[in-house]
Amino acid sequence: MRYDTIIIGGGLSGLVCGIRLQKAGQKCCIVSSGQSALHFSSGCFDFLDRLEDGTVPGNLAECLVSLPESHPYSKIGAETAKKYMGEVPEFFAGCGVRLCGNPYRNSYRMTPMGDMCPTWLSLEDFPLAGEPDAKVADRALVVNIFGYLDFNTAFVADALERNGTVCRVISVRIDEMERLRMNPSEMRATNIARVMDRPEVCGKFIAAVSEELRGEDTIILPAVFGLASDEVLPKIRSSFSADVRFVATMPPSVPGIRTQMKLRKAFEHAGGVYLLGDTVNGAEMSGDKVLSISTSNFGDYRLHADNYVLASGSFFSKGLVAVPDKIYEPVFGLDVDYAGDRKEWYDTDLFSPQNYISFGVATSRDFRPFKDGKPVSNLYAVGSVLSGTNALNEGSGAGTAILTAFRTADLILGRVDSSKAGQSLK
Amino acid sequence: MKLQEQNISKNNFEQCIKCTVCTVYCPVVPVNPLYPGPKQAGPDGERLRLKKGEFFDEALKYCLNCKRCEVACPSGVKIGDIIQSARLKYSRHSPSLRDTILASTDFVGSAATIAAPIVNAAVAMKPAKAIMDGVLKIDHRRTFPKYSSGTFERWFRKEAAAAQEKFDRHVGYFHGCYVNYNFPDLGKDFVKLMNAVGYGVRLVDKEKCCGVALISNKMTGAALRHARHNVDVIGKTVADAGNPVLLTSSTCTLTIRDEYPHLLGVDNSGIRDNVLLATKFLYTLVDSGKVKLVFRKDFSMKAAYHAPCHMEKLGWGIFSISLMKMIPGLQLEILDSNCCGIAGTYGFKKENYEVSQAIGEPLFRQIGEINPDVVATDCETCKWQIEMSTPYKVMNPVSILASAIDVEATRAANG
Repeated sequence: MRYDTIIIGGGLSGLVCGIRLQKAGQKCCIVSSGQSALHFSSGCFDFLDRLEDGTVPGNLAECLVSLPESHPYSKIGAETAKKYMGEVPEFFAGCGVRLCGNPYRNSYRMTPMGDMCPTWLSLEDFPLAGEPDAKVADRALVVNIFGYLDFNTAFVADALERNGTVCRVISVRIDEMERLRMNPSEMRATNIARVMDRPEVCGKFIAAVSEELRGEDTIILPAVFGLASDEVLPKIRSSFSADVRFVATMPPSVPGIRTQMKLRKAFEHAGGVYLLGDTVNGAEMSGDKVLSISTSNFGDYRLHADNYVLASGSFFSKGLVAVPDKIYEPVFGLDVDYAGDRKEWYDTDLFSPQNYISFGVATSRDFRPFKDGKPVSNLYAVGSVLSGTNALNEGSGAGTAILTAFRTADLILGRVDSSKAGQSLK
Repeated sequence: MKLQEQNISKNNFEQCIKCTVCTVYCPVVPVNPLYPGPKQAGPDGERLRLKKGEFFDEALKYCLNCKRCEVACPSGVKIGDIIQSARLKYSRHSPSLRDTILASTDFVGSAATIAAPIVNAAVAMKPAKAIMDGVLKIDHRRTFPKYSSGTFERWFRKEAAAAQEKFDRHVGYFHGCYVNYNFPDLGKDFVKLMNAVGYGVRLVDKEKCCGVALISNKMTGAALRHARHNVDVIGKTVADAGNPVLLTSSTCTLTIRDEYPHLLGVDNSGIRDNVLLATKFLYTLVDSGKVKLVFRKDFSMKAAYHAPCHMEKLGWGIFSISLMKMIPGLQLEILDSNCCGIAGTYGFKKENYEVSQAIGEPLFRQIGEINPDVVATDCETCKWQIEMSTPYKVMNPVSILASAIDVEATRAANG
C-alpha cells in the first residue's frame, strides 16, 4: 500500500496532522498501537500555563518570543504560531469538536479538586473563567451518582466555598446505575456514560436531580455524559432552570474519549486509513530517506509513503523507551536529547520539574529528526515525542501537539518554504 | 540493573498501568454486570492468581475472547490471552454435554452432513428446540446454522481436484468446519477466485477443526491434539513448494496463528507467516502487479462491511476492504467497529443469549440504517448472528469478489 504520508501514532498530534493533510487532498495512513492519551484528557488543552519563573502568562502570543530556541514553539516561529493558534477552534469545529476559550489567552478551568487552574481551550463540557478567583455561582448543587468514587464532591464543594459559593452535595440513585455497583472497582466514568447515553436513563437522572433542586442557580456534575451520543450534553444543559457545569473526573475521561472518536471519524471521513492495534516495528532506510515501514500485523507486507510523521508520544505510549542506561526512540533509532547522567533524569522531589519529561527526539527547525547526527529528509516528528518542552511543568502538551502537527502538515504540503522555517525568530 | 529486564512474565501482565482503556472497549461490560471487565479479569486478577490459583473467578467465562481489549491497550498487554489462559489453567468448571456438542464442530458436522435435510428440519422444529433449550441449555431463540448435504471436501475431490493440477502455481486451503459442513459455496467461490487469477488450490491433507470452540469450552486436551495435528499437516503443505496456506475465516486464521502459541503453547513458528487470510494474500498479489482482477460490467451491489473482532485483532480488515473497493459496481460502506455478540459458541448458550443480542444491537441498528443489499464479513459466526438478528444476507468478501469478477477476462489477464 502506498500513501502520501504515513503517520505513526493516532493520538491528538497524529490525528490533527492526518486530518489537515487528508483535507488538503493527501492520502494518509495512521498506525496506532492502542488507544491514545486523549483517554486521560482533563478535557482542556493547555498551551503554556506557566513560564519558567512560575508566572501565568496572560497574552500567549506575546510570551512566545521569550522561549528558548530549542522549544517547539520557537521552531515554528512566533508569527506562524500565532496564526495557527487562531485557526485551532475552527479546525476542531470542522471535526465536530466544539472548543471554548480565547485562542490567544490563558483562561481558568475548574480541576477535579475544585481549584482553578490556567488553561488554553476547553471542550464544550467545561466553560472557562477569565480569572483564577472567579465565583462560579451563588448557590451550587454538587451532584454525584451514588457509588461513584472518581468524583470528589467534598473537595469541589470546599474549593467553591472558598470563593463564596454556597454548596450542597447530594448523591442520586438510579436503578440502572445500581447494576454497575455490583462491580464497584469498575464503576468508572465511561461505564456510567455508556448507561447514561440511553435516553430513558438520562431522563430519569434529570428528573431525580430536578426534584432535589432547592433554588440553586448552578448544578455541578461529574463529566460522565455523552460518550457516543451527541444528544446527552445538550439535553442535560437545557433541562434545568439552573446552569450546569461539568467537572473532570479521574480517568478514563469521557470528554477525551469522545474527542478521540470524533477526530478519528473526521480523519476516516476525509478518506484516511486508521490502523488500530498495530505497531510499527521497523523502517527500511536508504541514505537520508525512509523507504518503507513494517508492522507487527502486516508481517512481510510493507507500507510505503513519500513522507512519514512520527507522532508516537512520550514514555507512556512507548514513543520513547527508557532503560537503565539510555533513552531511545524504538521505531527509527533516532537521536534523542537526554542527559547522559541518569541522576539528571529525575528529581527525588516528585513535585519538582522532572527533566525526563523534556527528553525527546532531536529535530531541526523544520521538525526533521536526526539519525546518527544527520537529518532524515522525509521524516518529521510531532507532539510529545519531541524534545525541548517540559509539557508537565509548563503545561504545554496539547499546544505542542496541535501546533507542531499543523506546522508539519504545512511543511509536507509545501505551504511553507522549509528552508525559511522558523526564521521569523532570531 | 538487569533486574527490571529479567522480570517480564510470559503474558506481560506487569506492563499494565491500570489505565482502564481496555474496559472502555469491552463489549460485555456495559451489558453484563456479572463480568468484572478485562482489567480486573486480566492483569489485576493474574497478580492474585499467580499467588494462589483459588483466586480464580468463574465469572471469567463471560469473556467473549473478542480481543478488543488487546487492540485498545496502549501498553501492549495481552489481556485476552491472560484471561483465556487463566480459564484453561484454573477453572474448576468442566465442559457439559452441551459444551461438548457445541465445541465438536467437526465431529458433529461430519455426522450431520450425512443426513443434512433431516438434521436441518429437526433442529428448526419447536419440540427439538424445546429439548435443546431445556435439557442442553442451548437457547431456543437461536437459529441453527444449516448443514450442507455433502461436504466441501467431497465436492472438491469429485469436481475440482483434478483440474487444480493443471496450474503452475498453487496455494493450500484450510477450509475449516464451516465451509466443509455448513457452507461449501464459500469454498467453491474461493476455488473459483484463485483459479481465475492463475492459482490451483490444494487442500491441507486431513485438516482438523482449528479448535477455537474447544479452547473456549475448555476442552484443552482435544484442542492441543488438533493444534499439533494442524501445525503438522499445514507444515507439510508449506514445505511442498513453499505454498502459503490460505483461509476464508478470520477466526480460524487468528486461532492457528496466535492462539496456538499463546494459549496452547504449541510452537507454530515454522508455519505462522505462511498461514494467511485469502484476502490478504490476494491483495498483496494485486498490489504488486503480479495478478489482475477484471470485473463484470453488469455487477451492481450495495454492501456494508463488518470487521469481525478477530479481524480487528489481526489488523487485516484493510485488505478485504481494499479488494472490495476495486469492484466498480460495488457501493461499499464500512460499519462502525462493534462486536456482533455471538463469539462462536458463546451466543448459543442459553445463559448468554440476552447478553449476546444486547452486544450486537448497535451493529444491527446501523446495518438497518444503511439498508445494504448484503453485509460483508469474513467470519462465519458473525454471519449467523447477523442473518438471525437482521433481515440482511451476509456474504464473505471472497464470495463477493468471486461473483463480481469476469472469470474469462480475469483468466486471460493472468494467463
